[in-house]
Amino acid sequence: MTVTRRKILALGAGTLAFANLTSLPAFASVVEDQIAAVTGGAAVQDGGITLTAPEIAENGNTVPVEVLAEGAVAITILATGNPSPEVATFRFGALNPTRRASTRIRLAKTQDVIAIAEMADGTFRKAQSVVKVTIGGCGG
Amino acid sequence: MIARRDFLQAALATSALYGASGFGNWGRLAAQQALTQDDLLGFETTGNVTLMHITDVHAQLKPVYFREPEINIGVGAAKGQVPHITGRDFLKTFGIQSGSSANYALAYPDFEALAKTYGRMGGLDRVATVINSIRADRPDALLLDGGDTWQGSYTALKTNGQDMVNVMNALGVEAMTSHWEFTLGIERVNEIVENELNFPFLGANIFDTEWDERAYQPYKMFERGGVQIAVIGQAFPYMPIANPKWMFPELSFGVRQDNMAEVVQEARDAGAELVVLLSHNGFDVDRKLARNVDGIDIILTGHTHDALPEPLLINKTHLIASGSHGKFLSRLDLDVQNGELKSVKHKLIPIFSDVIAPDPTIKALIDGERAPYEADMAEVIGKTNSLLYRRGNFNGTWDDLICNALISEREADIALSPGFRWGASLLPGQDITREDIFNATSMSYPNAYRTEMTGETLHLILEDVADNLFNPDPYYQQGGDMVRVGGMGYRIDINQPQGKRITEMTVLKTGELVDASKSYVVAGWASVNEGTEGPAIWDVLENHIRSEGTVTVDQNTSVKVVGA
Repeated sequence: MTVTRRKILALGAGTLAFANLTSLPAFASVVEDQIAAVTGGAAVQDGGITLTAPEIAENGNTVPVEVLAEGAVAITILATGNPSPEVATFRFGALNPTRRASTRIRLAKTQDVIAIAEMADGTFRKAQSVVKVTIGGCGG
Repeated sequence: MIARRDFLQAALATSALYGASGFGNWGRLAAQQALTQDDLLGFETTGNVTLMHITDVHAQLKPVYFREPEINIGVGAAKGQVPHITGRDFLKTFGIQSGSSANYALAYPDFEALAKTYGRMGGLDRVATVINSIRADRPDALLLDGGDTWQGSYTALKTNGQDMVNVMNALGVEAMTSHWEFTLGIERVNEIVENELNFPFLGANIFDTEWDERAYQPYKMFERGGVQIAVIGQAFPYMPIANPKWMFPELSFGVRQDNMAEVVQEARDAGAELVVLLSHNGFDVDRKLARNVDGIDIILTGHTHDALPEPLLINKTHLIASGSHGKFLSRLDLDVQNGELKSVKHKLIPIFSDVIAPDPTIKALIDGERAPYEADMAEVIGKTNSLLYRRGNFNGTWDDLICNALISEREADIALSPGFRWGASLLPGQDITREDIFNATSMSYPNAYRTEMTGETLHLILEDVADNLFNPDPYYQQGGDMVRVGGMGYRIDINQPQGKRITEMTVLKTGELVDASKSYVVAGWASVNEGTEGPAIWDVLENHIRSEGTVTVDQNTSVKVVGA
């Protein structure tokens, strides 16, 4: 069985919700605005999109992230805690065999990384993951 | 909180299915002062596969004292669960008699008195005797090492891990995984892996940063007792964060749960009937992994140094915790039929060095490895009036002593010492030799820095480390125990989010609150930054102990813990 990140997020939902609060105090509406800027305010569903990012960044200056969303015409990556949250938008033509985008992004601090896929039918899908940026040291 | 009752039910279910571990037995015998080598090794061979697991030896070739932690707080789903049950609660959970050898081996109560009764534990020459005895019953028993093997002693430092490589080869280890190994530097690691090791160095979660390709073999297939066994290696996931990345700049690690699921599937597709994960994740990460990834029969846990007398069953995965510093070896007899694990019989074998006879061949090898350094190591530097130990979430007397040394030798206001989990213990009244100092400090980035930090920076550091220990999601817990602090007290509420856990930071010598904007002189060691300057920590500590003569470490009451 392949465990998708979506399932993990579902399993860890309680914990992650708490973690979100810790990293993004009182900025929930800011994030909603960031998402609305991508979707034009349309409803966003979870599922059908997989975001792979490390739990803890090995180097906050270059964090590998990968997004897979079959059927997407565009994928946007948001770093919600960065001064400029919109990292990149990948557009796919009809001849693209898979709808997968991967890149390395810079994260200023611990934050939610959000991936939004625009599907061929005009609907939107979202996945998110907390990436922790830490000082390091003290390793057991 | 998930109640202990649930854990006990899980444990009882395991016992009912697979039979008792035999653990209570040696506890009782020891209490009767009748412990013999035969009792420790006694085991009715069952099934068709035997695994032997040792981990986190930290280069301890010779027997040592090692006090188990008094404070080891679990958070999130791990709250109140093993291995976060300590002391008398631990004894009660497992039905261990107070004062028994099991009490001594597994829990801190009465450590000093029991250490005098039962003596040192470990010694790889004694471990060899246990391995030989198991192989006499089951010649193809599989011996696996969970890593943190090549670091932690004077000789491992001086030989760049060669002493440990030679001894582990001689013991007939058949696969290992890693953590501190990489602090020898990538060139040395690859030299050992390619030219010196007689067995594979496994790490399914180690990738090169440039191409994101596997840097080491992910798993090895063994055929034992007619069973195809896949042993998957998982190195410490936070290597480049917790330890100096510049020593292995082209490697990336991480938990990589999806990757693990893929490797398990690959191994099953290749015909594995039994999947064993040889892990350096740490117990709580492994518990979460077992919940989320199907198809792993056994996880041999490591990194967090926990010793558990019984396996913990999570879904269909059995978690085994085999302790550290050579104190234990786990034996598992498994019955695997038609690709299915039918039964598990387990024994955590305590290596009482005065009960188990050393194997003469390995003893001679160890003595040979130590001989060139014996005179340097044996030199007596001072004496201790206090029990010196390290393990525990917030402080240990070894680190209190190190912080005192940093403050006096480096003329600092505040001292920081990393929350490592390794380091042998010393009993009150014992001499402190140079070897003892290295057992608490030996590693490859020992420079004791001296710098100025504002109160705000100190707070940021404490909050960062605290979240690496007390984040409720174990995949976000990066490090060891809490950074130890000298010259400063604080209050920590472990259930608060990052940024709000640490309050009441106080300069101990004046009783004043730490001022966020004021600068303080801070001394510490084991910085992960390249080019850190200062004397080696063992020299700082040796000078301090020499000038004190006999050291006494007062009880540390400077950390107020809330929410445990």
